Amino acid sequence: MTATIEELGPTKPPGRTLTLRPSVREALWGYAFVGPWLIGLVLFTAGPMLASLVMSVTDFNLVKPEATKFVGLDNYARLASDPTIGQSLVATFKFALLAIPITMGASLGFAVLLNHPRLAFKGPLRALVYLPIMIPLVASTLVWIGFLNTETGWLNAILGSLGLPQPDWINSEAWIYPALSLMGLWGIGNFMLINIAGLQSVPTELYEAARMDGAGPWTQFRRITIPLMSPVLLYNLVIILIGTFQYFTQAYTMTNGRGDPNNATLFMNLVLYREGFVFNHMGYAAAIAWLLFVVVLVLTLILFAFARRRVYYAGGER
Amino acid sequence: MTAIAQAGSPSRSLADRSPVGRSYRRFLGRSSILMFALVVISAYLLPLLYMVTTAFQQPGQSTMPGAPVWPAAPQTAEYQGQSYPVYSVPMPDGTTRQLILVEPGRESSVFIDPTDASRTRIEWQGRWRTLEGAWTFAPLVDNFTTAWNQLNFPRLLRNTALIALLSTIGAVASSILVAYGFARFRFRGKNALFVILIATIILPFQVTLLPQYVLFTWIGWNGTWLPLIIPHCFANAYNVFLLRQYFLSIPRELDEAAMIDGAGPFRVLRSVIVPQSVAAITAVALFHFFFAWNDFFVPLLYLASKPELQPLSIAIQQYNALYATQPTLIQASALMTMAVPIIVFLLAQRAFMRGVVVTGVEK
Repeated sequence: MTATIEELGPTKPPGRTLTLRPSVREALWGYAFVGPWLIGLVLFTAGPMLASLVMSVTDFNLVKPEATKFVGLDNYARLASDPTIGQSLVATFKFALLAIPITMGASLGFAVLLNHPRLAFKGPLRALVYLPIMIPLVASTLVWIGFLNTETGWLNAILGSLGLPQPDWINSEAWIYPALSLMGLWGIGNFMLINIAGLQSVPTELYEAARMDGAGPWTQFRRITIPLMSPVLLYNLVIILIGTFQYFTQAYTMTNGRGDPNNATLFMNLVLYREGFVFNHMGYAAAIAWLLFVVVLVLTLILFAFARRRVYYAGGER
Repeated sequence: MTAIAQAGSPSRSLADRSPVGRSYRRFLGRSSILMFALVVISAYLLPLLYMVTTAFQQPGQSTMPGAPVWPAAPQTAEYQGQSYPVYSVPMPDGTTRQLILVEPGRESSVFIDPTDASRTRIEWQGRWRTLEGAWTFAPLVDNFTTAWNQLNFPRLLRNTALIALLSTIGAVASSILVAYGFARFRFRGKNALFVILIATIILPFQVTLLPQYVLFTWIGWNGTWLPLIIPHCFANAYNVFLLRQYFLSIPRELDEAAMIDGAGPFRVLRSVIVPQSVAAITAVALFHFFFAWNDFFVPLLYLASKPELQPLSIAIQQYNALYATQPTLIQASALMTMAVPIIVFLLAQRAFMRGVVVTGVEK
C-alpha cells in the first residue's frame, strides 16, 4: 500500500511518465506512421512467405487440410523429375530470350525517336505510345488475338499483300513466342518514359565535345548515350525480367489456361496456377513458387554482377 | 484535346528562326521526322483500328468473299418497289459501273443504272456470278448492345469501379502515412526497413500467394471482394517510394513553422505535406486505380465462381472463351472494356507520365 502511494505520490514530478525525450517521441511517431506497412509486411508478406516454405515440405491441400503430412523434400525432388516443369522452364526461357531484347530495343528506339530535338508534338506522341498500357490486359490480348488471326486478322492480310509469308501466329509452337513478343510491345510505355528521362539526363556538352572530335551520330549513341544511360537500362532490364517470369494473364486469356499450342505457353506461372488452384496440389505449387523465386533471384543477381563491371554511375560508386 | 494543350512546344523553336534557306531545310527535317514518327506510331496502334473496325462489322463480314475492310453491307437498291443487289460491272468500254441486277441470267443479265432516272435496261453479256458485289458503309451497333446485354455490362462496370475505388482509397491513404513516416521521422532501423520495403518489389507475389489464399479461404473471404481490397490497405513499395521522394523535396521549414503554431504530426501531414503533394498523390491514386481496374489474377482466384461479383477483366475473358468464333462480339466487348481507362488516361496523361519517371529514374 505504502509503496504504491509513494510511487504515485507527489515525490514524482507531475506528468513525468508522459514527457518522453523528443528523440524517443519522434521515433514513436515514426513507428506509428510506418506501422500500417509493418503490419501488412507481417500479415501478407513475411508470414505467408514462411507459411509457403512450410507448405512446400508438406502435401497440404485445401480440401483435406487435416490429412496434411510432412513429406520432406519430396515436392522439390518432384520438380526435378516432372516433365511439365522442364517444359515450362524451357518455354519461359525461350519466350524471355525473345521478348526481353525486343522490349528493351523497342522502348529505347521509341525513346530516341520521341526525344528527338527536331520532333514536334512530343507530348501527344509520347502519350499515344504510352496509351496501350492503360488497356486492361485481357482486352488488349483479345484485340491481338483477332489482329493475328490467320483467317480474319489484319497482320497476315498485310503480310500477304506484301508477298511475305503468313505465319500461323497463335497455333504454331514456333510462332507463338514472336506473337506474344509483338503483343508485349504494347507494354513498353513505362520503359520508354524512363528511357526518355535517361536520355535527357545525358549532359549535352559531351555530345558537343564528341562532334568536335568528329564522332558521327551512331558513335555518339554507342559511346556516350548507352554508357551514360546504363543505370536506367539496367533498371528497366530487371523490371522486364521479373515481369517476364510472372507472365500469366496474356497466356491464360489466349489459351483459356490450357497452355496451347502443345504446352508452348504453359509458362511457370500457369503451371503454378494449375497445380495450386485447379489440381489442388498446394504443397507442390508452393515448391514451384519457390523455384520461380530462386530462378528470378539468380538471374537478377547475375544481372547485377554483370552491371558492376558494365554500368556507369555518374555519381561515382554506389 | 490534350494535343491542343501541348501544341505550344514547337512554336518555341520556330522563334529562333535564322536565314530563310536554313529554316526551310530545318522545316523539311522537322516534317520528315514527324512523318516518320506518325507512321511508326500508326503501325504500333494498328490493332486498335482493327478492333474498332471489327466491332462495327456485321457478324461474318470478314469471311465473306470480296468484303472490304471497313464495316460494310452488300449494297442493295430499290427497283419497282423491290430490293435488288448492286454489283460492280465491267463495261465493254473498259469502265466499271455500279449497277442493279434486276434479271439474272446464265450467260447474260439485265442491269439498271441507279443514277439513271429513265431506268433504261442494260443487257450485259457474261456470268453475273463472277461479278463482285458492291458494298455500302454500314456500321453496326448491334454488336455492342448484344455484348452489353450478354455480359450484364452495367453490373460489371459497377463491380470494377467499386473494387478499384475502395482499394485505391486504402492504398493511397496507407501509403501517405507510411511515406510520411519514412520521410520525416528518425527512428532506429529506418534504413533497414526501407531496404526491406524496396526489396518487396523484387519478391514475386507467387511465394505469398498460396498461404494468403488459404488464410482468406479459412476466414471466409473467398468469394468476396475483401481479398482484392484489404491487402492493399497496408501500403505498397512503389507508392511509398514515389511519395517519400516527393515528401523529401518539401522544405522542412514548412513543417517547423506549423509545429511552432502547435501542430502535431497529423496536423502537419494534413495541412502541410498533403496539400504540397497533390500531384504525386494524384499520380499514385491513378496508378493504383488502373492497376486495380485491370487486375486479372487475384479476381480470377477469388471470384471465378461468383459472376455477380466479378469485375470486367474476368467476365470478358470468360466471354471470349464462350464466343471465340465471333470476333465482332469479342472486339466490341474489348472496346467497351478499355473505354473508361483510355478516356481517363487521355484526360490525366501528364500526371501519369510524370509519376512513371519519378518512380523509375530516382532509383
